[in-house]
Amino acid sequence: MSLAKRIIPCLDVDNGRVVKGVKFVDIRDAGDPVEVARRYDKEGADEITFLDITASSDNRDTIVHVVEHVAEEVFIPLTVGGGIRKVEDVRTMLNAGADKVAINTAAVFNPDFVKQATDRVGSQCIVVAIDAKQVSAEGEPLRWEIFTHGGRKPTGLDAVEWARKMVENGAGEILLTSMDRDGTKIGFDIKLTRAIAEAVSVPVIASGGVGTLEHLAEGILQGKADAVLAASIFHFAEYSVHEAKQYMAESGIEVRL
Amino acid sequence: MSLIAVVDYGMGNLRSVDKALEHVAMSGQEVRITSSAEDIASADRVVFPGQGAARDCMRELKQRNLIEPVMQAAKEKPFLGICMGLQVLMSHSEENHGVDCMDMYKGEVRFFGNAINREASTEQLKIPHMGWNNVTQTISHPLWHGIKQGSRFYFVHSYYVDPEDEAIVAGETAYDIVFTSAVACGNVFAVQFHPEKSASDGLQLLKNFTQWDGK
Repeated sequence: MSLAKRIIPCLDVDNGRVVKGVKFVDIRDAGDPVEVARRYDKEGADEITFLDITASSDNRDTIVHVVEHVAEEVFIPLTVGGGIRKVEDVRTMLNAGADKVAINTAAVFNPDFVKQATDRVGSQCIVVAIDAKQVSAEGEPLRWEIFTHGGRKPTGLDAVEWARKMVENGAGEILLTSMDRDGTKIGFDIKLTRAIAEAVSVPVIASGGVGTLEHLAEGILQGKADAVLAASIFHFAEYSVHEAKQYMAESGIEVRL
Repeated sequence: MSLIAVVDYGMGNLRSVDKALEHVAMSGQEVRITSSAEDIASADRVVFPGQGAARDCMRELKQRNLIEPVMQAAKEKPFLGICMGLQVLMSHSEENHGVDCMDMYKGEVRFFGNAINREASTEQLKIPHMGWNNVTQTISHPLWHGIKQGSRFYFVHSYYVDPEDEAIVAGETAYDIVFTSAVACGNVFAVQFHPEKSASDGLQLLKNFTQWDGK
């Protein structure tokens, strides 16, 4: 009887459609975010995260409608990230039905933005997304830096210090992605996850690199994360969220089944 | 038409509460987000949600002249407090260096980090308490109908209520300490978790509320 560790499927949404090919057999339209969200809810997802990857700013409104529709039918927490630049963007998403909004690059270019946002809507609604990459060479003490632009541009900011600073500014949660592991399917960067999880007082969601159910359990047991986020292993129906939870429960992790 | 009034005092997004109630409401029930004292007075049931800081909640309630209408509703009709809508019913909160609340129930709203057994624990306590945790039903109540003992609900909060009168405790949850996660007293039921975000068990609780006569 205690707080469960969370499993969070993440959906990339482009122009209002789920991308990266979701292969559910019993879903009519795998590109429809509402259908996919409903499916994940049924499988026992603890939350759902939408990442808006729409390139054109003309189509920004589409994600708002997606959130509105999902929030009418799916009654678990919803997080939205991607392209959040102003306090007004945060409010728009919350009003559409999101429970939490993830701020990424905008926090790097304007650290006060996180403070402004949390002052306005409360820490519990603000997730700071951190994209980190190892910069220390072999044999040196481990060090990670914040990168922007999909992991291409270094910022010189130390990831652990940055996470602490974001929490001081009011972040209610940290979504940590290892850019070294993202898309590799070889598992989380456990050392990075643990360094951040132990450095901050708010929950940390581990992301980047999940290829097996074992990886999810490692993120919690060794990485000390409070939640694990994954995209492809669920999208391609390699595993259901329910299977992932059962595996975690068998590994001795408290989950909601 | 029977009216379920969702009290809007500018603290947080009420869309989820509204949609979840509409999802479970019976035919002939209207769910209305409102900050009108008349609506609250004429409603058959009142839902009192809220998120954010205690100081802001009390300030907004006062500015909108909603303290009296809400207190009155809590005396006479089925009333459901959610999250801050539970906390501000207490006498006082530790948040924002101390805030006087509505004093409907004697007791303090306390910060998780201050619990005395803190040093005994080896791992850092994450605050806010965020996620799905078990609720032990300490009494049987119409609002627990159809919900299994110990079911998980979604929480997100840094403060918890500590009522003086143990007789009003309806549910308890463990996070570092065992705290009161639901309160029941007459026609009032109030919860620290978010039923509108707690999947099927949350919807069941809301459904129970839409059918509850307050007894």
